[in-house]
Amino acid sequence: NMAADSDKEGTDFVSFGTPLEPLDEDEPLKKPVPIYEQTVKDEKGRYQRFHGAFTGGFSAGYFNTVGSKEGWSPATFKSSRESKAENQKARGPEDFMDEEDFGEHGIAPSEITRSAEFQSGHKDAATAKARAVNAQSSLIPGDTLLEEIIAPAESSIGVELLKTMGWREGQGIGPRVKRKPKKQRPEEGPRVYGCSRPPAGSESSEEDDGEFAPQNVTFAPKDVTPFDFTPHLGLQGLGYRGLDPGLALGQSAEHINLFDPQLDIKTKLFGGKQKHTRHRGVAGQGFGVGAMEDEDEDIYQRDSMSKYDIEIKDEEPGDGLFGWTALRNSNKDASYIGKILEGFTLAQKTVIFPPPRLPRDYRPVRRFNPGTFVSHVSGVSPALAQPQTGGRHQLDSGQRRALIGEEALQGPSSVMDLLRPEDRERLRNIRHSRHGSSSSSRSSSSSLPPKKESGQTAAQTFKPFENNPEKQERYEQYLNCLKQGDTDALEESLDSEMTEWERSREREEFVRASILYRPSSSFLSSRFTRSKQQDDDDTVEVNRDEERDLDDKQTAVKMKMFGQLTRETFEWHPDKVLCKRFNVPDPFPGTSVVGLPKVKRDKFSVFNFLIVPESKETSGNGYFCLHWWAEIQIPRDETKHEIESTRTRRDEILT
Amino acid sequence: MSFPAPKPEGPQIPQHLLWTLDSQQGPVRAVRFNADGNYFLSCGADKSLKLWSASKGTLLKTYSGHGYEVLDADSSFDNSQICSCSSDKSVILWDVASGQVTRKLRGHAGKVNCVQFNEEGTVMLSGSIDGTVRCWDVRSRRNEPIQILDEARDGISSLKVAQHELLTGSVDGRVRRYDLRMGQLHVDFLSSPITCVCFSADGQCTLSSSLDSTLRLLDKSSGEMLGEYKGHTMKGYKLDCCLSSKDTHVLSCSEDGHVYCWDLVEGSLSLKLPVGKAVVQSLSFHPSECRLLTAMEGRVQLWANEPETEETDT
Repeated sequence: NMAADSDKEGTDFVSFGTPLEPLDEDEPLKKPVPIYEQTVKDEKGRYQRFHGAFTGGFSAGYFNTVGSKEGWSPATFKSSRESKAENQKARGPEDFMDEEDFGEHGIAPSEITRSAEFQSGHKDAATAKARAVNAQSSLIPGDTLLEEIIAPAESSIGVELLKTMGWREGQGIGPRVKRKPKKQRPEEGPRVYGCSRPPAGSESSEEDDGEFAPQNVTFAPKDVTPFDFTPHLGLQGLGYRGLDPGLALGQSAEHINLFDPQLDIKTKLFGGKQKHTRHRGVAGQGFGVGAMEDEDEDIYQRDSMSKYDIEIKDEEPGDGLFGWTALRNSNKDASYIGKILEGFTLAQKTVIFPPPRLPRDYRPVRRFNPGTFVSHVSGVSPALAQPQTGGRHQLDSGQRRALIGEEALQGPSSVMDLLRPEDRERLRNIRHSRHGSSSSSRSSSSSLPPKKESGQTAAQTFKPFENNPEKQERYEQYLNCLKQGDTDALEESLDSEMTEWERSREREEFVRASILYRPSSSFLSSRFTRSKQQDDDDTVEVNRDEERDLDDKQTAVKMKMFGQLTRETFEWHPDKVLCKRFNVPDPFPGTSVVGLPKVKRDKFSVFNFLIVPESKETSGNGYFCLHWWAEIQIPRDETKHEIESTRTRRDEILT
Repeated sequence: MSFPAPKPEGPQIPQHLLWTLDSQQGPVRAVRFNADGNYFLSCGADKSLKLWSASKGTLLKTYSGHGYEVLDADSSFDNSQICSCSSDKSVILWDVASGQVTRKLRGHAGKVNCVQFNEEGTVMLSGSIDGTVRCWDVRSRRNEPIQILDEARDGISSLKVAQHELLTGSVDGRVRRYDLRMGQLHVDFLSSPITCVCFSADGQCTLSSSLDSTLRLLDKSSGEMLGEYKGHTMKGYKLDCCLSSKDTHVLSCSEDGHVYCWDLVEGSLSLKLPVGKAVVQSLSFHPSECRLLTAMEGRVQLWANEPETEETDT
């Protein structure tokens, strides 16, 4: 049917996306929010204006006005000579910040972080000094045992090891290089607004010295530019970092005072530190540029002393990138661009190895010597003539040794040999006393049954010399000897009465038969499995009603005596649907048999060999004859009855 | 007043050739009249099946879809569907008007030699060289046959369907008649491979031709031989045979290029139509009138009892 057909195709659906929330009929319908009401308001109800890029910005004052709900009211001036000291109490920048600045996107986010001394790797000058002093006065001078024991486990063992070897944070790892790297950062290039660079670990500003006198001083190599794996979770662009309060509040090594002017990046003409006054007020990342001012500097940039040249000289070759980020295809050959795999470069030196030189008489064909039977190879035959029982992985060392013809290792075969004789006796007595006399009898009888068994199994499955029972016996004996590892199996099993030629022939036959012989447990038979259909092996389904012998019919045809002799009638069941289609009543409504009814017969039953004698209509003499797959004759009387009965039935129907 | 004497009727044998046409199909394997005799189908060795008008022999439609030679075809009683079988082991049910393949039924293990609709057009029965007869359901969309009859021991060369009976002829030398109403199978042993079987119009006899160049008319109920017809040559090819529409004559193809026509009752040869030089492969008798189609190689000929000039008057 059509409906059924459509079901066949793809009933499994893959759903993407988040499904809509199930509609709750009871709840009142929520009106959709119009566009003009979809505004962002901060906690005070003021409309947010996004001054900074996606930071949420900060509103200026109260609804962009300075003041409060009540309006701007200037603080009343209060001057007093007496209370001067109060006014002059030190005010940090926090006093000028409101809660927005303390918020997430402000310039002074107040979150709970580890304080500096508890940050791993932090070198607090005071504590370091204290540690050094302690180290002098501790049990072992110069060794800060206690601190190292109770140090917070923030840095990994690798870092600790490196530190003990003299590494410091910010340095690279490797052999020391002569020149101190000047350009820690790549060239500025086009200005990037809105996103700040990730903090470069290669800021070895700690090593920065103004003076740089000795030339033969080696320095640690540049650190690898770290790759930032922190996932981007917020709504800002990739690589975004919020305002770094560290810079604004002076936690970097180079103290950037919020109120001090920034360094001017551009100048290189002057040696030493450059401090140009910025003609602006409060500077820093948190403060933008007004609309009236034009800015031709990169105001979102941070500064580092390593950007400045100490001396006038040419540029250093290379792009200054090391490590992961420096892996570029520095191909000399432009034609290979795009064809070389990532991370690979052209080889400098190509070495071509010539193909191997073949011997003159080498032919690339493997020919098996057909005459060589396994048995003729000494030392190998008995084991290889055995059928493999478990496959080559089930062999143990002893079997393998036998297969390749090695000798057993010389040495004590049993641990018993290593024992002293009296210990050996003691063990034996213990064993015998436990098992009693049964062990001895068992051992003697155990040798016989396996021999008989193996002979039997050999006989059951494959009898190459059925006709000659003596030969078969000899062959079985030969097999048994083989199983037990006798190399002289062939000689033993031969008949002494036979001539030399006969003996040699029998020898060859036995060897060939033993190789061909495969018991049912071999792994070849494990590759085959019994068919599933056959329920029983001994019976087969045959038509219940078989045809008569062909010869009668042939003679009848030759004599042109058609009719009874040439015609047979069988009960045949049409399918119910077929009867329906033919608009005919089902002649056998009860049974579900279709076609000719079948019965199960024994495959090799004696009844297959017989023919029930003919009825009185023909020659009258019953006769037996033996056939393979002979047809079984239904008694003639019955068919005749059947035909007549059907005839009468038909007549009844027609009339 | 005396009525005019009735016009003496000529012998009701198709002795006059009305027209010849070249089917352009290569050797024509079978020609079949439709149920009413106004059209006929020709099955060609070029994998095509053609529908022709019987009066003038004009081509009406060509049906392509088989993968190999088309061996037999039959049309349903209402002329709406055609079934055909082929050496590509398939049986195809066609829609006559559109020419589209309605069903393509695969299941036979070898080439399908014969196919026929049942009387109501609800079942297609096909016989194949694999020794089975498969009954395909036209109504349902199943691809499996309703029933498979595999009693034959060799290929099925021919089959015919009557109201509730199925007659099959097999290369194993047996004619099998399946009676659906009685639930019986009757096997008639003829010893020589059967090439064609057909029912008689009255339903009492069956005609079968075999490779010993003999046609035998057997009684349906007893299996006794009612008549034997010889003289033609049928030694190696599967050739058609049939009975005339009023069961007066027995006709058969022959390998010597003739169509033989015997009187049914007497068994004497009435007519030997000179069709051509090559083997006459197929023939089909009109269901009601005295007209015969013959196919030899690529040529199809229509024979009638009266010459054409008289036909056009009516």
